[in-house]
Amino acid sequence: MKTCLVVDDSSVVRKIARRILEEMQFEITEAEDGEQALEACKRALPDAVLLDWNMPVMDGYEFLGHLRRMPGGDTPKVVFCTTENGIDHIARALEAGANEYIMKPFDKDIVAAKFMEVGLVQLTSPASI
Amino acid sequence: MTPPDYEYLRKVLKDLSGLDLAADKQYLIESRLLPLARKSGMADIGDLVQKMKGGSSVLINQVVEAMTTNETFFFRDKVPFDHLRDTIVPELLRARAARKSIRIWCAAGSTGQEPYSIAMCLKEMEAALAGWRVEILATDLSQEVLEKSKAGIYSQFEVQRGLPIQLLVKYFKQMGELWQINPELRAMVQHRQLNLLHDFSQLGVFDIIFCRNVLIYFDQDSKSRIFARLAKAIEPDGFLVLGAAETVVGLTDVFKPFSDRRGLYRPNAAPTAPARLLSAGAAAPRLAAIAGL
Repeated sequence: MKTCLVVDDSSVVRKIARRILEEMQFEITEAEDGEQALEACKRALPDAVLLDWNMPVMDGYEFLGHLRRMPGGDTPKVVFCTTENGIDHIARALEAGANEYIMKPFDKDIVAAKFMEVGLVQLTSPASI
Repeated sequence: MTPPDYEYLRKVLKDLSGLDLAADKQYLIESRLLPLARKSGMADIGDLVQKMKGGSSVLINQVVEAMTTNETFFFRDKVPFDHLRDTIVPELLRARAARKSIRIWCAAGSTGQEPYSIAMCLKEMEAALAGWRVEILATDLSQEVLEKSKAGIYSQFEVQRGLPIQLLVKYFKQMGELWQINPELRAMVQHRQLNLLHDFSQLGVFDIIFCRNVLIYFDQDSKSRIFARLAKAIEPDGFLVLGAAETVVGLTDVFKPFSDRRGLYRPNAAPTAPARLLSAGAAAPRLAAIAGL
């Protein structure tokens, strides 16, 4: 089972993300800010990180920088999931090593599409119209 | 909705668009037409049918558009665009080396996600295509969706289904909550209203035809006839791309599957006598049913 670290200071968002990702067969761990997320990554690197930008203590952007400098820290697929929807933020995130970017509000279809984009899940049944 | 109202709508849709609704698709009519009825100040489908019978051609067109408009998103199903990049374009680069031009037709262009996905795909290959003339024609039954396609403006939701973030940043301009595809890409796509049931020989001959998730709306005979006319609109060494749940098997032998490339077909150099088509068509699986229509 693939693992995903869900990082968001909102417990509501974490709960929604957990439900969507568990349905997609991910094993979930949660973190409330970048520092907690970094601690979690030091214990065990996840396959994926769903990452909010604005959080107390350490924001998502700073966390990403630390993660990418860790040994093996280039392997997890990092998908931002944030209300920072400006193209300048998106460009910064990509430069810092984000793999994909979800602009809130999000739903199951968007998470599935983005996780498929970075190869975390396989193409689902094509028969729907 | 009363049974006579349902039968009336089925017949109108069949006659005007070729849409072939099964006997039990009331929910589909209600989910698509109730919002239209309400928007036009009517209480229910019954009122809508009365108004249609009264001869409101504007309303009838709106009904046809509402029923035939298809869900679409960027790089839908992925695989066809991999075929385009890895199989179709490399082969045409060789086969068209003298003429250096490629004509592509999106036969159900809808709101533009498919033609613009093709345009982005080709733009990403621009080094190989330098000096080539590429023409992308997007047609659709609905003028309303073509207008949206021309504008190339999409909601935040629409640009997050199937479009890699790198391509969003590269080819779109942010306009508040909306995103517009850039003018260079828009200029690559021409638009034209077209009903596939009508003659389309005036469009000329294409190297590639994308005809995805539209034939599922037609009955077997219409499908066979459309395939026969598509075969005349495609170069003998051209490519036909169908939707993931679609096939030519049992419907026509003017096209044959391209081996190991799901959804990809080529004109058949030596089809057997056309008389076989009708009997084969009768035994063919109902694609519309498979696709949930």
